[in-house]
Amino acid sequence: MTHIDGNAMSGVLSELLTVEPTTARSRCANCGDVAALAMALVYPDAAGWVARCRACHEVLATVVRGDGRTWLSLRGMTAIELER
Amino acid sequence: MLTAGPTPPVQPDEWEFSVETEKGQTSRWSWDEMHALGVDDIEIDIHCVTHWSRLGMNWRGVSLDKIFAQVTTSSDYVMAHSYGGYTTNIPLDELLDGRAWIAFEADGRPLTAEHGGPARLLVPHLYFWKSAKWVRGLRMMEREQPGFWESNGYSIHGDPWKEERYW
Ligand SMILES: [Zn+2]
Repeated sequence: MTHIDGNAMSGVLSELLTVEPTTARSRCANCGDVAALAMALVYPDAAGWVARCRACHEVLATVVRGDGRTWLSLRGMTAIELER
Repeated sequence: MLTAGPTPPVQPDEWEFSVETEKGQTSRWSWDEMHALGVDDIEIDIHCVTHWSRLGMNWRGVSLDKIFAQVTTSSDYVMAHSYGGYTTNIPLDELLDGRAWIAFEADGRPLTAEHGGPARLLVPHLYFWKSAKWVRGLRMMEREQPGFWESNGYSIHGDPWKEERYW
């Protein structure tokens, strides 16, 4: 199967990335627990915010802010459910 | 400065430090064995990525030169691992020549768990997120790979003099 340019996804991503994060549910890539992001255990520290799974405590997401930029990692989630 | 999760409770009598080479050989030191390598008094400045510095801090710890004198490796890169799962990457040559320690005390007191005790990595010439709290070991890497915060926005290197804060 051939691939197409990543720009092809920009429309749908820009629509979806305005999600309401407290109600959006995600599945933990480590243990499979499904929960709203608001249920995650968040550890704010000097380097950034770390959200951990309520069930297994693995890292779900991080947010780093600095130099007028923001880095979002959702690496610990297999997928997010959006109410669209 | 880094919590990134619950503070892992580690007592000195159960603390252990290891170095694993690219060949899978692991060297281990208990708390007492580590101290027996010889503890240095260190006066250094530390630089936090959030724009503060503390000058002239007094620390005590064991130089990584003494640890690597007992390790045979041909790898150029190191991943530091902590109790609790945190990782950070550092080139090996930046851990040698009296520039990095396994530290147990700061300002005359044992490191509290909140400050990374019983032992943390101390690499004062890099930004302080590289000085991994609750350090439990080093793993040699043949190529440079990003640790936890380096994967999530921070500089792969973290030199404060070059202001290497973020990607
Ligand atoms: Zn989980």
